[in-house]
This record gives sequence, structure tokens and C-alpha cells, in this order.
Amino acid sequence: MTHDWLKETRSEYDVVVIGGGLAGLTCANMLARGGHSVLLLEQHHNLGGLATWFNRKGHIFDIALHGFPVGMIKTCRKYWNPEIAGMIVQLKGIRFDNPQFSFTTTYDREDFTRILQERFKIPQHSIEGFFDTARNMNFYDDQSMTTRELFERFFPGRDDVHRMLMEPITYANGSTLDDPAISYGIVFSNFMSKGVCTVQGGTDQFIGRMRDELLRNGVDIRTRCLAERIVVEDGRAAGVIANGKRIKSKTVVSNGNLLSTIHELVGDEHFSESFVAEARKVRLNNSSCQVYMGIRKGEKIDYIGDLLFTSAAGKFNSQELCSKNTTSRTFSVYYPQTRPGSDMYSIVASSNANYDDWANLSEEEYRTSKEELTERVLDALEKYVPRIRDKVDYLEAATPKTFQRYTLHLSGASFGTKFEGLKVSMGLPKELPGLFHTGSVGIIMSGWLGAANYGVIVANDVDKFLS
Amino acid sequence: MTKEQIRATLLEIIAQIIPDEDLSNLKGDVAIREQVELDSMDFLDIVMELRKRFGIEVPESDYTELATLDGSVAYLEPRMKDL
Repeated sequence: MTHDWLKETRSEYDVVVIGGGLAGLTCANMLARGGHSVLLLEQHHNLGGLATWFNRKGHIFDIALHGFPVGMIKTCRKYWNPEIAGMIVQLKGIRFDNPQFSFTTTYDREDFTRILQERFKIPQHSIEGFFDTARNMNFYDDQSMTTRELFERFFPGRDDVHRMLMEPITYANGSTLDDPAISYGIVFSNFMSKGVCTVQGGTDQFIGRMRDELLRNGVDIRTRCLAERIVVEDGRAAGVIANGKRIKSKTVVSNGNLLSTIHELVGDEHFSESFVAEARKVRLNNSSCQVYMGIRKGEKIDYIGDLLFTSAAGKFNSQELCSKNTTSRTFSVYYPQTRPGSDMYSIVASSNANYDDWANLSEEEYRTSKEELTERVLDALEKYVPRIRDKVDYLEAATPKTFQRYTLHLSGASFGTKFEGLKVSMGLPKELPGLFHTGSVGIIMSGWLGAANYGVIVANDVDKFLS
Repeated sequence: MTKEQIRATLLEIIAQIIPDEDLSNLKGDVAIREQVELDSMDFLDIVMELRKRFGIEVPESDYTELATLDGSVAYLEPRMKDL
């Protein structure tokens, strides 16, 4: 008989949270703190969603650790605990290397100002104008200006500057030059305040401490539990069916993909036609490829920077960045100090990718494509880490299909939906009372910080509904 | 609540959200965000706290009214006078 992962659940909960990504976890924590009974369901055996990790051959690989804005410290302090907030440290060596420019930066306003002046010869007033405009953007501002227009306004014709400003954010959340300037400005300014941050101790310890905090606050956590349906009764969300078992609840928060929540977990028949039509217009964000490289015990790598943005493409191009044979990728380098006490190094290469390029390959083509991906990454890394092939003792690649398999996100979307998803996500409770969604929807509510903060906002709405 | 009590309550809420900031010299007629490090999420925390403590709902269209301390007190006074 298979193990019953839902043994002895309560007869009813105030809230069932489907999915243990950062938004779901933070939402569950806030609701439990507020005195509500919370059941958290996660289909995988680890919590964290894409903020996750895996262990192989003595290596621990972080999937999405590098990096997030400093605001995450405040978010962890306010909505988690000081111990978790205390794990966050700045990554100081952010390195760019492409045919247009090559330098290392702390990725904050002061250093970017210096680089824009000295290297790109941009006048001071344009730099200040740009930073101030970006910083003063609010999420309720007008969305008509695109990021491209914002860049053109301050740095006309300077595709090198546009690249330096855009490329990291594209990796961070899948956005492009054609997305609204406000969403770029908010995310970029978040980073520029104090650079890029990461977790000392690794994602495993970070999520582990969140798990401890959830348990302390009384959240009933059940992993390996797949929510199959959201139960609707009398036009309201009334619980879920998970692992074949019906569980009653007053509210349901889905931290699954927005579109699968609507079309699959609930079903279109429970929504108005106009709402379904609007949901159908929501675009998924792109997916990702990653190559995980474990360095043999005893081998060392010289310091080459913490996070590298590298590309052989002559110019920045969103399509090139997502293409199957892209040369544009990030390298996250994990030195032993990432996990104090460890003497192991690992490197994770990440690139943006389109699900369709990978979904319909034959088994043979898929295997070959994965091998080619790994080889391209090793070739590129050789420039920064000579003899990399001799130093590696574990290699694995993930494709959009891998992301889909482990997160169940439609098309392996690694940054949720585009910005129009936010309106649909926030509109769910009006369509179906008791049903809420949280997770990456649009650029502001994406990434580690955006997802956690959106979890808090939705927890507030759920609390309002319950009281 | 009197205006003074509302102001004190607001300051107490803000202090709880941004404990590292010195609020003793906060000017009432200048935007709070121009005087202390208060990001958009901190601002939403204030709004959420007002709901939790006093049941006051501030719609997004009214957020600009809460930009300054004086503005916030004026906005909240009719909503909190019977509390």
C-alpha cells in the first residue's frame, strides 16, 4: 500500500494553500500567524517552488538562488523572522561579458552611475534623470510607456546601455523591452538600492527555516500531495481534492500557475464568460534551461565573480536570449562560503528558453539537444574557468520540460505570467468567492521578493474574507 | 479618536514596520517616503494594519491621500472619530 500523505487531516480548514512556492509559503505563514487554520499542500517532496535545490553526489545545487533585491531582508523580517532575514547577504561580484562591454560591478546605483559616466560617457543629468524616473514609478501608474521608450528617452540610440540595463532583468523575470516601463523601473530600482542579494547557507537551509517557522505557527504542511481539483459548492470555493481525498475549507489559495488554476483546477464553467476570455489573453512567461556543474571534491576555482551575465551575441535581442542555441546565459558560481562549513564548489548556468523548442522533440533528439546544451555551456565556461571539463564530476541539464515536470507550471513557465496576469489573479475572488491566487503574475509580483510580497497581499485579502 | 491620537497611532504603526528609521523629526506636510526609507510594500503594510486594527478600508484610488502624515490624519479622522 502506498503511503497516505494526507493521514489525519482535520475535518475542515479555514484555508487550504495549494503550492509551496515563496508566495504560497509566505501567504500560509501570515494567515497562520493571524490565527487561521492552514493546510499547505505541495506536490513535490521539497517546499520552495522554484526556490529549490537538489542533492547529487555530495553536491547541493540551488535552482534559483542568485539573486534578489535587498528588500527581501525587510520582507523576511516582517513576514518571517529575524533569523531568516539574517541569512541574506549581498553578492558583490556581478560581471558582464559580451561583445559590447565587459566589466565587474556591485550592481547598485553608485557603481552604475560611475560606469555609465566613465565607460559609456553618458552625461550626469541623463543618468540622474533615468534613475530618478525609475525610482519614482509606482505600480498604479500609467502602463503605456514601454521599457524601450524609457531607455530611448534617456539614452537615445545607445543599444549598449540598453543592454546593460535590460539583460539582467530579462534573466530575473523574463521581461523584454516591449513590456511596460513601470514594471522595469520598479524591479530595476529595487536592485539598484543595494545590489544583488543571496542567501548564505543555501536554499535548502533558507526554505528549511521557513518550514520550521510555518510549523511553529501551526501550519499543517503536507508534501507529495497533488491538488487535483478545487471544489466549488453553491458558487463558492469549498475545499480541494488532493491525492484523491476531499478536504473541506472556507477558502482556497492557489499558488499554482494562474492559468492552470482557472482552466484545470477549477474549470471554466465556474467563471463568467468574460472572465474566461480575459484569462485566455494572459500570456505565460518563458521557461528556462539550466546546466548544473559539480566541481570534484578537492578541486578549487579561482574567484571569477559571483554572478556572470555572458553572451556572444553582438547585440541584445530578446528572441536570441530565448532561442534554443542561445549564447546568452548567466553563470551562478557557488563558492564554499555560500554554505559555511562546506568545501564544495558548484556552478549553475541558466538561460531563458521557449517551451515549444523543447516540447516536441523525439526522445533521441531531446537527449542530443540536452547534450549539446551542456557542451555549449562548458565551452563558454572554459573562458572563465580553464580546464573546467577536468574539474567537473557531476553534470546535469534541465530544460523547459524539466521545469514543467517538477513545478507543473504550464509550458514550464519559470516566471509565471506576463503583467496582465495580475489583474486576472486579483479578480478571482470576485468571480468565485473564497478562491484566491498568489504567485508570479507580472513582473512586479515575480521573483523571490515579488512572490513573497504578493503572498502577504493575498493573505490580507483572505483574512478580510474570513473575518 | 482625536487627531492627536490618530497621529500617534500612525507613528506607532510606521515604527513597527520600519524599526530602523528615526521618526522623531518626521515633518507632517512632507511626503513620508521622501523623509524615511519606506517602500511601496511598507506603505501597503500601513494600509493592511489599518484594516486589521480598525477595520478601515483604504481603496487604491485614495492612496495618494496618505502620502504625508498630515494628509493621513485628515483622511482618517472622519473614519476614526467614533473609535
